Amino acid sequence: MNKHQAQLDRKRISGGVATDQRHDSAHKHVTGEAVYIDDMPEPAGTLHACLGLSTVAHGDILAMDLSAVRAAPGVVDVLTASDVPGVNDLSPTGLHDEPVLAEGKVHFFGQPVFAVIAETREAARRACRLAKIDYAELPALIDVADAGPDAPLVTKPLTLLRGEVEIALGEAPRRIRGQMRVGGQDHFYLEGQIAFAMPGEDGDVLVHSSTQHPSEVQHMVAHALGVSSHAVTIEVRRMGGGFGGKETQANQFAAIAAIAAKRLKRPVKIRPDRDDDMTATGKRHDFLIDYDVGFDDEGNILAADFAYAARCGFSADLSGPVTDRALFHCDNAYFYPAVRAVSRPLYTNTVSNTAFRGFGGPQGMVGAERIIDEVAFAVGKDPLDIRKLNFYGGPGRDTTPYHQTVEDNVVERIVAELEESAAYARRRREIAAFNKNSPVVKRGLALTPVKFGISFTATHFNQAGALVHVYTDGSVHLNHGGTEMGQGLYVKVAQVVAEEFQIDIDRVKITATTTGKVPNTSATAASSGSDLNGMAAQDAARQIKTRLIDFAADRYEVPTDQIVFLPGRVRVGNQEIAFDDLIHQAYMARVQLSAAGFYKTPKIHWDRDKGQGHPFYYFAYGAACAEVSVDTLTGEYMVERVDILHEVGRSLNPAIDLGQIEGGFIQGMGWLTTEELVWDKKGRLATHAPSTYKIPLASDRPKIFNVALADWAENAEPTVHRSKAVGEPPFMLGMAVLHALSDAVASVAGHRLCPRLDAPATPERVLMAVERVRAGQADA
Amino acid sequence: MKTRDEIRFLLNGTEVALSDIQTGETLLDYLRLRRRLTGTKEGCAEGDCGACTVLVGRLSGGVLRYESVNACIRFLGSLDCCHVVTVEHLKRADGSLHPVQQAMVDFHGSQCGFCTPGFVMSLYALWMREPGPGEQAIEKALQGNLCRCTGYEAIVRAARAAGEISSVGDPLVEERDSVTSRLAAMRDGARVEIGEGRERLIVPANADDLAAILEEEPKATIVAGATDVGLWVTKFMRDIGPVVFIGGLEDLHGIEEADGMLRIGAGVSYTDAFDLLSRRIPALGALIERIGGEQVRNMGTLGGNIANGSPIGDTPPPLIALGARLVLRKGGSRRTIPLETYFIDYGKQDRMPGEFVEAIELPLPPEGTRFSVWKVSKRRDEDITAVLGAFNVSVENGVVTSARIAFGGMAATPRRATAVEAALTGRSWNADTLEQAVAALAEDFSPISDMRASANYRLVVAGNLLRRFFLEGVEGHVPLMLSRHEAA
Repeated sequence: MNKHQAQLDRKRISGGVATDQRHDSAHKHVTGEAVYIDDMPEPAGTLHACLGLSTVAHGDILAMDLSAVRAAPGVVDVLTASDVPGVNDLSPTGLHDEPVLAEGKVHFFGQPVFAVIAETREAARRACRLAKIDYAELPALIDVADAGPDAPLVTKPLTLLRGEVEIALGEAPRRIRGQMRVGGQDHFYLEGQIAFAMPGEDGDVLVHSSTQHPSEVQHMVAHALGVSSHAVTIEVRRMGGGFGGKETQANQFAAIAAIAAKRLKRPVKIRPDRDDDMTATGKRHDFLIDYDVGFDDEGNILAADFAYAARCGFSADLSGPVTDRALFHCDNAYFYPAVRAVSRPLYTNTVSNTAFRGFGGPQGMVGAERIIDEVAFAVGKDPLDIRKLNFYGGPGRDTTPYHQTVEDNVVERIVAELEESAAYARRRREIAAFNKNSPVVKRGLALTPVKFGISFTATHFNQAGALVHVYTDGSVHLNHGGTEMGQGLYVKVAQVVAEEFQIDIDRVKITATTTGKVPNTSATAASSGSDLNGMAAQDAARQIKTRLIDFAADRYEVPTDQIVFLPGRVRVGNQEIAFDDLIHQAYMARVQLSAAGFYKTPKIHWDRDKGQGHPFYYFAYGAACAEVSVDTLTGEYMVERVDILHEVGRSLNPAIDLGQIEGGFIQGMGWLTTEELVWDKKGRLATHAPSTYKIPLASDRPKIFNVALADWAENAEPTVHRSKAVGEPPFMLGMAVLHALSDAVASVAGHRLCPRLDAPATPERVLMAVERVRAGQADA
Repeated sequence: MKTRDEIRFLLNGTEVALSDIQTGETLLDYLRLRRRLTGTKEGCAEGDCGACTVLVGRLSGGVLRYESVNACIRFLGSLDCCHVVTVEHLKRADGSLHPVQQAMVDFHGSQCGFCTPGFVMSLYALWMREPGPGEQAIEKALQGNLCRCTGYEAIVRAARAAGEISSVGDPLVEERDSVTSRLAAMRDGARVEIGEGRERLIVPANADDLAAILEEEPKATIVAGATDVGLWVTKFMRDIGPVVFIGGLEDLHGIEEADGMLRIGAGVSYTDAFDLLSRRIPALGALIERIGGEQVRNMGTLGGNIANGSPIGDTPPPLIALGARLVLRKGGSRRTIPLETYFIDYGKQDRMPGEFVEAIELPLPPEGTRFSVWKVSKRRDEDITAVLGAFNVSVENGVVTSARIAFGGMAATPRRATAVEAALTGRSWNADTLEQAVAALAEDFSPISDMRASANYRLVVAGNLLRRFFLEGVEGHVPLMLSRHEAA
């Protein structure tokens, strides 16, 4: 028997697309063998950095006495702004508003002012505490609710406008104005920020950075060092979680480590303590949303007017695109005949807020769902009926506030199927009966949809590169610009390449993301990882395949259309050749077996000044139905049951996608329930550790949790194997819990008053809403 | 007194003897920096996230017991004669995964993977202790582990599946006898003394030795479970020397019942106290399940929870309501005081230099009294209390004959609500009396607003807990509280 016989009989490869592949590092995660940056062996002479943080929210630095810091045991060097050899700026949008180290002035409590470099991490941390800095304190704006009408903005606001809003509001039979607060969120990636810089020859530097955006770290480090980008290499094999918190926030740590490493010609690592990490790095923006909605007696929304004010912190960072995306989602899945939405990206004396899963979209959508609730209570209907009444529809009801036509709408089908599978109507009746006989514990139910726009709204970011090598033994080396933060991107892209070549996935080596292999990449963000990098890797593989086909056609004298890649082999006319053999033959014939792939998303464009365009390639849809019980004596609650139906097109990897949906939902639920950021009067973040900042635990997850992928879904656009992005959209399914809590609260007064339950709906906010609604009933 | 100048313990399969350790050196730093065992991760350095979970085995009454602990706040000095087991110890020699690890892989229990070794170790502890664990046992075992990626569902599936797999080939099962004898051989009855002055680290040989040491070093930091002192080091960079580690003193581990009273040694951990307390005073058992996570309950002690004088310690209010007394010892002399008098003011307790908490005496509630305690926090599990109310009330013929009511989170110390008690005592147990008692709360307390709760919420909830206590007596047929596990 031929040694390739087994290969030649195979019907399917292992690890192709649309199969449940485990995470490529799963076996290393469970044994502790997966290497994170802090686990890498430290070369002899490695030094450790620690940031010295400001202790006022806003002030001029009058004097800085760092002599005790310098004299402390183990301290090798202390850096201040003047030690930044290049430009002392990390602004990702080029606004020059975010120094590496504060210069003359501090803008928030916890801003990095200096950096200590010491022989050990502990010595650096201890020395940091010895600084004496005198500040002349300035008035500080901490909360957006305190912002006056002329409060400064960090970036240019956006207005979306369609129709005659004022007129439509004025003419609407009914109208409600209100305000909603929605809190921010700390990423709480389990692996904190970290960078490890190695000085090289010619002044080069290699930085291991836990970042979602190696190219930007590269540019920022080069900028801060005053060198060309080619002198800086950034590498990241994996992050211990990102969630947007390592899109721009890794820059500062990488810059400090690189500056110190070059200056001292020794490796330098910086890993802030969790409290410093939470204090000094940006979070999800909290918003104050003003709304004004006009509707008829049936509950049809006729006009909506929104103002989204965001606590951006002291610099722009990504606040422009984040607040833009909030406006892009002020509609969620609903058609507004007339609409206006304006953003207000406010300067505040707090840490500069940044990207976080959903990127403003969740905050935008929460506003949409609030007005649905308002309308439902006003007309006395179940909020689900109002939702269904206002969904996007066919022509005439398919234009978004940014004038893009919704062409792929499946929200009605998703919601109808979920309503059925979750037995919404029956449970609605059962809950009403339960509540009637239960004076203390009340139950609530809600079903909320999600429609989320996929693409970076900055059109130029929608590009990606990949590098694929086939070695002479037929094994494959895969690299691309996407980063792995746990979401399973690496395995999905490897599946795409395995599928392309029709080889088993274990023949494809997944390698660390590095700016040296694939340049000028975009952040792994905006849910775009698989869409962009999967296509780029597919392109690289197809280039190599095309060369192999041309070679085989020539060598075996068959037309190219008679050459087919089968599992582990290639059919060339009437014969089949093992893949590895064909590769070897191609090499001997001097065929290039390496290719750089590239992809750019088609169709998209966006004119921000006009507020019009086609910013999203497609939309992702889903819906969740949540049931909660609330203790009306304490405001404590429990999530009894959640049903989710989500669509990811044709899934590349259903197991990974389900993990994204479950995890995204819980994270979204946490944002809207127990995760509360509190600043004290001095502008100090009081919730800067897991002891005070409460993300969900296993015992917070729904008692019953049914999650399904829509098995009929496929992307209307030709994305990679017709799949859809899955990183962010499920996060917003968590809204169902907020609305179920609101429903339970409303039950204490017979569902006559909209509870206007703000987020996060901590037990305290729930109890206060209960008291408010009860009092409202007493007044009525 | 026999002394030695090194801490000895077993690290996975290797015996370790260390004389060059710092007073505040943590197990996590030792593992990662000195041994390069990097599977154990640092997520928070305060015992909340569980990424650093390892197992510590110790001989208790001659029996080897393993418990999950947070390596980030566990001091090296507290590990004398223990077996430290890290994630690196689980994989078999042939490279195959342990059942717990295999289940985590098969059920997609990891995403970013950073929390995963900690989850594996918590699940391993559960798997050893309880084959085929139910939902409640799994959730309890995971209260001290945070995952930000998976939403936990996959991890719980893995926990269920791992429970089905037998313990054949498990390293700790196979090594049990040899580890027991190796640990027994380490126990030489000696006091451990390392360093001098502020660098001095002492592990007393027994409680009498502790008493002697504290007379000589009255300002020494006493460390039992380190779940609070650990943070002084990792977060506040405080030097804790001279330090005395008392967690391993078996003569402080006693918990016994006699003459209607429980006597709980100062070194009894929450985990060790749980069985007896939940049988004798079920409400207290239920409260203990909501203190910290499993790792913290395995380390933290009731004695420490009292001794450190926190205004939001969870056990003092119920213990005060139950009329507990504190046994304090200095040298050879002892005094017993009502627990409520121990807490003088914020950060100030009735404990003299050189004195230590030796035991808690807890009278069991007599027949006819009703005792309840409820903790309210932002997150149900592993959270610090916003308000905690403990109610111990006797009603005879419809009249309140005695009322001991204490709250936590309402003042600078855990305190009795004397005005509330007065409003109840001698009155008819009815809705009018109740409302007067609720109104009296404002006389007893002026709580503060902080990141956990506002003053208003605290007052409203304190009153509502009193209302719940009343309703519990009259309206047993409707649900008055949420329950995570119906059958429990």
